[in-house]
Amino acid sequence: MPKYGMVIDLNKCSSCQACVTACKIENNVQIVSEYDAQHGRAMFWMKMLTMEFEGDYPNIRPKTLPRNCMQCDEPSCIKVCPVRATYKNEVGIVAQIYPQCIGCRYCMANCPYTVKVFNWDRNEQPKEVEKCYDPDVSVRPKGVVEKCTFCIHRLQIASEKAKAEHRDMEPGDYVPACVETCPVDAISFGDLDDKKSEVSKESRDYRSFALLDELGTVPKVRYLNAIE
Amino acid sequence: MSYQDLHDEDEVLFRPIYESSRSFYIIVIVLTAVFLFGLGCYIRQLFYGLGATGMDEPVSWAFYIIDFVFFIGISHAGTLISAILRLSKAEWRRPITRMAEVITGIVLAIGGLHPVIDLGRPDRILHLFERGRLQSPLLWDLTSVTAYFTASTIYLYIPMIPDIALLRDRGGKLHNFYKILAWGYKGTPKQKHALERAINILMVMVIPIAISVHTIIAWIFGMTLQPGWHSTIFGPYFVVGAIYSGIAALVIVMIVFRKVYHFEDYLKEIHFKYLGTLLLVVSLLWTYFTFAEFLTTFYGHEPAEMRVFLYKFVGPYAPFFWLMVLCNFLMPVIVLSNKKTKTIKGILVASIGVVVGMWLERLIIIIPTLANPRLPYPTGMYTPSITEIGIAAAATSAFVLGFMGFSKLFPLISIWETKEGREHSVHEVSMRLKEYLPGKTEESRVEASVKAEI
Repeated sequence: MPKYGMVIDLNKCSSCQACVTACKIENNVQIVSEYDAQHGRAMFWMKMLTMEFEGDYPNIRPKTLPRNCMQCDEPSCIKVCPVRATYKNEVGIVAQIYPQCIGCRYCMANCPYTVKVFNWDRNEQPKEVEKCYDPDVSVRPKGVVEKCTFCIHRLQIASEKAKAEHRDMEPGDYVPACVETCPVDAISFGDLDDKKSEVSKESRDYRSFALLDELGTVPKVRYLNAIE
Repeated sequence: MSYQDLHDEDEVLFRPIYESSRSFYIIVIVLTAVFLFGLGCYIRQLFYGLGATGMDEPVSWAFYIIDFVFFIGISHAGTLISAILRLSKAEWRRPITRMAEVITGIVLAIGGLHPVIDLGRPDRILHLFERGRLQSPLLWDLTSVTAYFTASTIYLYIPMIPDIALLRDRGGKLHNFYKILAWGYKGTPKQKHALERAINILMVMVIPIAISVHTIIAWIFGMTLQPGWHSTIFGPYFVVGAIYSGIAALVIVMIVFRKVYHFEDYLKEIHFKYLGTLLLVVSLLWTYFTFAEFLTTFYGHEPAEMRVFLYKFVGPYAPFFWLMVLCNFLMPVIVLSNKKTKTIKGILVASIGVVVGMWLERLIIIIPTLANPRLPYPTGMYTPSITEIGIAAAATSAFVLGFMGFSKLFPLISIWETKEGREHSVHEVSMRLKEYLPGKTEESRVEASVKAEI
């Protein structure tokens, strides 16, 4: 079984936020009302995080970092879930079962990366948005927790396609929407256990680091440090 | 036969059951209105989702969880304190235990409902039974709160049976109701023996259950990785806090109902003085725990922990933090350690301070940690919405209503225990005292001589 992981090269990333938009559209993430957005309830699975500011005003240069779910190998969210609404599947993806979630938000409270988002309100989208829904991804009702799943529906489609064609999955068959969209190819994705894959090589690069590595969550999303 | 013809020594304890003043009905109407408002708020929340509250990301737990921890804390007033007092044969417990146990029962039901109010999908609550994972602290919590609720309602009910039998024998209203609840208790020696045995077993059992409940609530936070929560001290710290707020709530309830129902002859100043001393001891214990917790954090100086620490000490939550220190430490210690201020009024003021302070403590534990995630997210200040305030008000009024309702059905002070104290305990205690003293008592001398003869 492969173990899917992701490496984001901060040297290449230009903070254009194409991944943020692609993710939101691909996964039918709710577009919240203006009031909710102002009150810290905007929903993003992929988010551009401003880590620090370099320089003095007005010559500021923010250091940003695209942040999705870290897909930890030792996830603290699944430990606390009272109903097994979140679990790690055989390929290492931390997945959500929306119809099972009771909305206690314990996983949100225990995620050190704060990646989980909650459907605070009823999902009421304009007609134009509803027309563009991705049919492969379920639309979440109010009151459940959701997060990045490495576009697990794409994995299902790719593996079924490979099965129909009587062949094994190949590295390029399955990539999440953010990886596909990135205009500068900053995100590489693939099997971490395959020593020859790009993502595996990059994850062992000297520039490679993981967010909050010291907590022992073993993230499968790693970053390549930006070097001037 | 009407009840006026009956004249019991403890008639004043029966009176609230048969007589209700006008102000009683006015209070009931007002509280019911508040309760209905809160219920309306909850129904609105059911329709529109938790967006009706002030919660956001990253403060995804707020008012409901604070109230949950707070109410369950208050519930320790009762059963735990009454069990400890019974176990240590403190004779002054007699007029106190019943009220303490009633507080536990009512508050536990209210507090236990709060996590359900907090759920995004309360319609899926049964998933906890169908697909529950015992590895989750929430399941531990569900188990321990249910166990505590069961144990404490039984512990409330069993010592009440002789009083229910008294009410049944008086006849009058709700005769059949009392007849069923009294279980044919007639006060025969055999029945009395069984009753005392049951009470003795329960009071020993209830103590570990009560301690486990608040330890596990603390573990909901302690088991996470979050700065400010991930602490080994949390279990005992929460238990001490719970007992602290519990005693304070008990004192407030006792003073109020003493005044309303004229129990001055039963709840004397000495009872409050003893409870005041207990409050003072627990206050110092709580301060010790708080100090140990914060000093460790400060000395370790871990960046994520320090952000939470500074948020409490000098940041946006500083007013709440220092108000908590005032309410939970300075004020009660000054009032209760001073002979001049340790009057019933003084103890009442200290107790109100402690209840407010303990609510603030729960607030200070829960919000700042969530508001300071490890990664640099933009965070705002959490403010509760009208929904959350409405439901909190409803919960409080449900507590008062429940207590008032109870006082209309059953005596608030255990009548048979008062009688027993009057008839037997004076002799028993003096015998016990003699046993403590050097030299042999008459009974043991007799026993020894009997043994020698055999």
